[in-house]
Amino acid sequence: MRGPIITLEGVQKYYGEYHALRGIDAEIGQGEFFSLLGPSGCGKTTLLRAIAGFEDISGGRILLDGRDMDGVPPNRRPTNMVFQSYAIFPHLSVAENVGFGLRKSPMSGAEKKTAVGEALEMVGLGGYGGRAAHALSGGQRQRVALARALILKPKVLLLDEPLSALDKKMREQMQTELRRLQRQVGITFILVTHDQEEALIMSDRIAVMFEGGIAQLAPPQDLYRRPASRKVGEFIGMMNFLPARLIEAGNPSVEVEVPGLGRAILEPDQCPMGTGGEISIGLRPESMTLLFDGQNAERVAQGVVEERTYYGDMTYYDIRLDGAPNIVQVSMRNMPGRRVLDRGDRADLAWDARAMVLFC
Amino acid sequence: MRGLKVYAITYLVFLYAPIILLPLFAFNDGTIIAFPLQGFTLDWFVELARTEALHDATVNSIFIAVTTAILATCFGLFAARAGNRHSFPGKGGILGFVMLPLVLPEIIVAVSLLVAMLQVGLSPSIWTVIAGHVLICTPFSIAILNGSFANMDKSLEEAAVDLGETPVSTFRLVTLPLVMPGIVASLLICFTISLDEFIIAFFLSGNEPTLPVYLWGQLRFPGRLPVIMALGTILVILSILLLVTAEYFRRRGLRRAGLEDTGGFL
Repeated sequence: MRGPIITLEGVQKYYGEYHALRGIDAEIGQGEFFSLLGPSGCGKTTLLRAIAGFEDISGGRILLDGRDMDGVPPNRRPTNMVFQSYAIFPHLSVAENVGFGLRKSPMSGAEKKTAVGEALEMVGLGGYGGRAAHALSGGQRQRVALARALILKPKVLLLDEPLSALDKKMREQMQTELRRLQRQVGITFILVTHDQEEALIMSDRIAVMFEGGIAQLAPPQDLYRRPASRKVGEFIGMMNFLPARLIEAGNPSVEVEVPGLGRAILEPDQCPMGTGGEISIGLRPESMTLLFDGQNAERVAQGVVEERTYYGDMTYYDIRLDGAPNIVQVSMRNMPGRRVLDRGDRADLAWDARAMVLFC
Repeated sequence: MRGLKVYAITYLVFLYAPIILLPLFAFNDGTIIAFPLQGFTLDWFVELARTEALHDATVNSIFIAVTTAILATCFGLFAARAGNRHSFPGKGGILGFVMLPLVLPEIIVAVSLLVAMLQVGLSPSIWTVIAGHVLICTPFSIAILNGSFANMDKSLEEAAVDLGETPVSTFRLVTLPLVMPGIVASLLICFTISLDEFIIAFFLSGNEPTLPVYLWGQLRFPGRLPVIMALGTILVILSILLLVTAEYFRRRGLRRAGLEDTGGFL
């Protein structure tokens, strides 16, 4: 991350009584692919629109390239936006759409034409300039919207759920392509999405937002491996939560007893441990492994298979651990020759304390 | 089912048959409006062309209708955009108030306008008629343009601003072209409403009668009836042309914007 291009300082937004943004602090780096991830109504779109200048903020500051954006209208900000509906002008051709922002530029007509051609080439729509905009497919509209925004070489490109209207195959293709495009142009991208998988795939860093605040801001790997709270862990991927009992609180290591699994020594990077209070641990389904015929492991727990769900590449087992109040989910990659367990079968499963996350 | 079919046909005949009488008697060589027809003539149209007072009334009516259409459509455009894009205190009440003339009996509007204008010292003229017609046409214009704005993605205007346009140039480059079919439709409808409006014009036109007011005055002379029939024929043809044009523009607009047809006025 080279120096910040956007600095958010205690950004607040009220809609009447409703507190939509509750003091957002963040720095977004030059050339970074940054995602705002959260459920609907968490304030992620409001924050994006505030950066674009479509929403006035009620408190705090938004600095764009070191300049305070207070009172600067959207048409004077060095940002461009790809709207959720793409907002392609239906009365203009593809080329006129892409060249729309160049109307006031000092370029000559021929230069503009070349720029439009290059922009269309960049998004894989070379030769589409003469088409009517309303005759395009969803994916093509998306590309026109991208070309139209990128042609102005903004300092920051804002993307408001740009892939949510596409079907699954198209979405996956565009995810890779957007990432490639971002590396190619080197512009900071800020993506708003409610799809955690999309955020993990595309982003350098992700800000997870709940109820108008940032719950965690981290690179995808850290977010997945070390969620800062149960809520983040629940939102990103699948996670098992098991109640735990504190045995010994040391520094930096902590010993806990997890009913059904056993004792574990953890080195939590959160929870300044005191004594008492409710604590629990989180464990991803892939951090546990079923053991078959004679396999052994350092830490083994036993239980009964309650349910088996087949996903093609993976099989998920719901297992009721002996001596534990709840069910854990374990995922196993499907491989040739690997046995499957049926409902009601006894299961041995190995687990790893290094994958455990402590919540308090 | 058969009964319903007969009913529907009878209904349409009663609705439109009298209109067919207009051209029938306009070309009939006789001053009495009764069957049997006497023979074919163009005399009534020739006499129509010679009547000076009629020309004045026609010019008055067209001037009033054009001015009303432009003013009412401008007001309708602003009101519809404000209603669709912004929220402000008292919005519901204000919009309801603007739409009120749609359901208010015209006679009441006419009488109260006359009283109010005499009170402030304005004498009845073409301009007072225009004021009255703008009042009753604006709600129609708003209703038509509301549809245009509701069909238009809100992000389009934001996208234009985002790409560097000011609110004013955004209105010119994006909003106006996209609601243009609505504007054309509104102009035509307001023109038609104003052109054949009688009550307000009767109360407020003073000694500058509009076409309907002039016609009403002529009904006292039975000998003039065929001339009125001739005029009526011309007006019917013009009205049909106008409505067809309006519908053509509306459909073309929908096609250009790639939108679904949600039903028009034809």
